[in-house]
Amino acid sequence: MSVRHALLALLSEGPKYGLQLREEFEARTGEVWPLNVGQVYTTLQRLERDGLVESGDTEATGPQKGFQITEAGEQELAGWLRTPPDLASPPRDELVMKVLVAVRLPGTDVHEVIQVHRRYLVELMQQWTRIKEEEAEFDLGLALVVDAELFRLDAVIRWLDAADGRLKRAATEPPRQVPAALPRLRRRVGVHR
Amino acid sequence: MKMLELHGVTKVYGDGAAEVHALRGVDLSVKAGAMVAVMGPSGSGKSTLLTIAGSLEEPTSGDVVVGGNPLSRMSRSAKARLRRRTVGYVFQDFNLLPGLTAAENVALPLELDGTSAKAARAAGLRALEGLGLSERASQFPDQLSGGERQRVAIARAVVGDRRLLLADEPSGALDSVNAEEVMRLLHEACKRGVAAVVVTHDAQLASWADRVVFLRDGLIVDQTAPPAGPESLLMPGQAQ
Repeated sequence: MSVRHALLALLSEGPKYGLQLREEFEARTGEVWPLNVGQVYTTLQRLERDGLVESGDTEATGPQKGFQITEAGEQELAGWLRTPPDLASPPRDELVMKVLVAVRLPGTDVHEVIQVHRRYLVELMQQWTRIKEEEAEFDLGLALVVDAELFRLDAVIRWLDAADGRLKRAATEPPRQVPAALPRLRRRVGVHR
Repeated sequence: MKMLELHGVTKVYGDGAAEVHALRGVDLSVKAGAMVAVMGPSGSGKSTLLTIAGSLEEPTSGDVVVGGNPLSRMSRSAKARLRRRTVGYVFQDFNLLPGLTAAENVALPLELDGTSAKAARAAGLRALEGLGLSERASQFPDQLSGGERQRVAIARAVVGDRRLLLADEPSGALDSVNAEEVMRLLHEACKRGVAAVVVTHDAQLASWADRVVFLRDGLIVDQTAPPAGPESLLMPGQAQ
């Protein structure tokens, strides 16, 4: 989550004070990502240093100090909105690691390990769904954040389901010969072994 | 009050080499007002569990108790009455009758049960109104959107005094916004005291339930803990 760009986005609506920025940031992200005021001021200082915002009153300090976005800040924000986050190479996902280890570790029931994680994820989704049911109807920012969490957790569960099925099938089938072209393909998609 | 109980329910299809154990001793209890989701991969026995719970199919062994009445001690006609009066079904493909309007589809179970056409129609309209569909009451299923058809199917499942809702992949092929609406309506029915069992492989649907049980190879292997309050997700952390 880029606090830097979120603050620039808020300032693109007009000049604001630090405290106001914190409140608006939290309100628009459904209060799911709390932000401490120190972090707001540190970020604002860096933005000012980089010429992306300027303070209206150089004498005032703390809550009295107002900020506004510069033209360079506007450009930075527009560029950031359109820059895809780095999703190209597979992340080192801890859950994927655990399942890979469980497959190799003697005496471990990998299906049981998968179920422990599946249950935990469904429990988390139940909590998010309660929030959606009770509160998100009245708060568009919260509804979007809750949807994002539910889809993210759902994707992890789908992966666990697929892994479960794949392992069940692999247990009944003999191992297959690895084709010669495979290592090159792996390097191309960024998988390192 | 327990609305549905399954005690050691097994179901075996075929015999000899072709024998398939769809359920291998399932215990499940659902209280009035609660929604339980049953999750599991294809072939885990989810749909069999639902049809046996709704007395659409007989278990090979074990017992099913609906509203305190063991199905094994009920006559065929008593079971048929239970299916008409107490149990509502929601299927993936809606199962609406194409030649009947939305209101007639919803009123049908009551009419079949001997309620006068007028009273059944009034109850049907009330159920449709409760689901925001009163203006669509005289439309035929092919004049309704997918989401509206499923809402009519839910109205038909809850019409009258139905206390047990059984839903098999109730959001079927609906998009995520309509699927959410279906689950919201089913959950609202539970808040009014109906017990519901929803079988699904979709975690987003299952997450509406108060309890999720996991079925694997005909056995319940796990279930979720009672839900923690949503506030546990909103503890002060730090945005990065």
